Amino acid sequence: MKHLLSAGDLSRDEALSLLDTAERMERALAGREVKKLPTLRGRTVVNLFFEDSTRTRTSFELAAKRLSADVVTFSAKGSSVSKGESLKDTALTLEAMGSDAVVIRHSSSGAPHRLAGWVRGSVVNAGDGTHEHPTQALLDAYTMRRRLGRLDGLRVTVVGDVLHSRVARSNVLLLATVGAEVTLVAPPTLLPVGVEAWPAAVSYDLDASLPKADVVMMLRVQRERMGDSYFPSAREYSRRYGLDRRRLALLPDDAIVMHPGPMNRGMEIAAEVADDPRRSTIVEQVSNGVSVRMAVLYLLLGGRGPRETTEPGGRSE
Amino acid sequence: MSSARARSAAGSDGGRSAGARVGRTVVGAGTGAWLIEGIARYGESPVDVLVRDGVVAEVGPGLSAPRGARRLDAAGLVALPGLVDLHTHLREPGREDAETVETGSRAAALGGYTAVHAMANTEPVADTAGVVEQVWRLGREAGLVDVRPVGAVTVGLGGERLAELGAMADSAARVRVFSDDGRPVADAALMRRALEYVKAFDGVVAQHAEEPRLTAGAQMNEGVVAARLGLAGWPAAAEEAMIARDVLLAGHVGSRLHVCHVSTAGSVEIVRWAKAKGTRVTAEVTPHHLLLTDELAATYDPVYKVNPPLRTAEDVAALRAGLADGTIDAVATDHAPHALEDKETEWAAARPGMLGLETALSVAVLTMVETGLLDWRGLAERMSAGPARIGGLAGHGRGIVAGEPASLVLLDPAARWTVDPAGSASRSRNSPYAGRELPARVVATFLRGEPTVLDGKAVR
Repeated sequence: MKHLLSAGDLSRDEALSLLDTAERMERALAGREVKKLPTLRGRTVVNLFFEDSTRTRTSFELAAKRLSADVVTFSAKGSSVSKGESLKDTALTLEAMGSDAVVIRHSSSGAPHRLAGWVRGSVVNAGDGTHEHPTQALLDAYTMRRRLGRLDGLRVTVVGDVLHSRVARSNVLLLATVGAEVTLVAPPTLLPVGVEAWPAAVSYDLDASLPKADVVMMLRVQRERMGDSYFPSAREYSRRYGLDRRRLALLPDDAIVMHPGPMNRGMEIAAEVADDPRRSTIVEQVSNGVSVRMAVLYLLLGGRGPRETTEPGGRSE
Repeated sequence: MSSARARSAAGSDGGRSAGARVGRTVVGAGTGAWLIEGIARYGESPVDVLVRDGVVAEVGPGLSAPRGARRLDAAGLVALPGLVDLHTHLREPGREDAETVETGSRAAALGGYTAVHAMANTEPVADTAGVVEQVWRLGREAGLVDVRPVGAVTVGLGGERLAELGAMADSAARVRVFSDDGRPVADAALMRRALEYVKAFDGVVAQHAEEPRLTAGAQMNEGVVAARLGLAGWPAAAEEAMIARDVLLAGHVGSRLHVCHVSTAGSVEIVRWAKAKGTRVTAEVTPHHLLLTDELAATYDPVYKVNPPLRTAEDVAALRAGLADGTIDAVATDHAPHALEDKETEWAAARPGMLGLETALSVAVLTMVETGLLDWRGLAERMSAGPARIGGLAGHGRGIVAGEPASLVLLDPAARWTVDPAGSASRSRNSPYAGRELPARVVATFLRGEPTVLDGKAVR
């Protein structure tokens, strides 16, 4: 595997072996006083963040550092990218600096695909526009497997702004690959035209979906969507699609509640649900994120020497 | 002795690759007369065509060359009337880095065109007599095709008040086609007034049909592929709703409406319905909408970004059927050159548009002739006579018979060639067909008896 651009790039075996690797990473670090493995010593990982995301950026930084890689982080604010430098120029600059992997977060769908055509190193998609966020899907699957012991046959209900959600797209692809059954629940305005081609069921009724869910994943819904008439008001959204205490009681006993963050407490998820220690995995997801991203960097870079010369444009897989 | 090859040595190779037939025997001293020998007009049985003083002087078997006439061995070639494009972006004035009237004219001639309509969305906008006359003069100076400027419908393409349509019509450029292309005339009342106003000089409003409230931020056709790629959707209904509105308006005021780049199956149905009702509506389709689909967006390569966007295979089939049955009157290129930096970006940042002039005939042959949907006469109607009528160009799209203007394209229907944008005569390189093998190759183009292309190369 050269790049990780889409969760759909992963076969079932690749996905599961990636999760196994993440587990080994976590175990390897568990007993250590110094939380570092020497695996990627001498490699350079560049975090290229054209969009603010403290959570994902920090997670990737930590993952690379724990593998002893040199880490450079570019944020759009205060760097040349905010002064109108093109993605291509930025890519060429990174090439000249000799990066082995570029982790990119960008507001345009497909930006990582373009970057992969311009650099020799590996490209990891850390969230592109409204397209995908494959490492989020991997850490979500990792979290589900740890909590519930399996992925095959797991019933996962994803609730919220599916239309604009890269988390939803990556989760649907990855979960289908590993054999879980996904149901998307949203107001019809927040489901894309063409969703019928996705490997997922669709429902507009959250109450009806909850009793058969092993996992309920709440997506962030931006209040600003209200201005574009995706829904009439935050209150109405919350009443119809928010996860509150009453709805929590509809879930099977051992079902878990997930959220990729950042949360809008009181909008898509009630504070008491987010903080429920038995069901909520929200904090756990964050710590699992580091292990999963270590596994991704390890699998993309581990097998190759520094700056192994591969032609730009090499496809993933 | 002068040969066509020698005369055209300085010309561009027009993106043609080896493999196609290039050498034609040309002999004669150069009086301006040409004897085109063994040419199959519309693919019919071969005859000789004598071209003199800008017109077809004589047609028949075994013509003898007058003294001094050059001879062109056209065995195996098909002659059609010179092609007419209703929809060309020449970018001058304003974006001469992407295209000029001259480079665009050369690309047009290499594609078999003898007339093009230059769209108004330049910088400054072609919304005054001064700007349209400037474009018209540049076209005359280049002298490779007749450049007919299109006038903007509204001042600055702003969609708020009418530009001085009458002044443009009365200018030396004699504008007859008016369009805010790139943007729609979204205001229904303004559209109605424009349709009515141009009746005074037999003008036509060419509408870029796009309901803007439905396409805010849109990146590609809304549907299964857009949902997967996470690119904001451009719904077919946004085009169809505006076409429906406009045909009702045109019918109400008895005006002529032309619909630019129809791209959906639903649009074809609406135009068909309006024509059946007797509404004076004409429509065009681009070569790319006859061939390419939205699946290409999966590459995220903005060379496939265009407005209206590439649609589905079902739409492609409906467009071909509509062009075959005459619901759609014309193939128009929407040739839209863009500088490299406007395409070497992430998808959302790229400008929409594709090159089209040098590949249009080949794509039309591939999609319409080789499929049996149109014969050569049908193709000539859709690419020459039809668009000439719509644009009010009396001297184009005429028959290849004695007395008619000798504006012709000679093409080799058996040739196949591979598109290489690096060899294009355009200043830009944004061809969606790079690396694709296409049928049929333009061997020669004549504009009023003068060759603009010989041996597949521009004469200047």
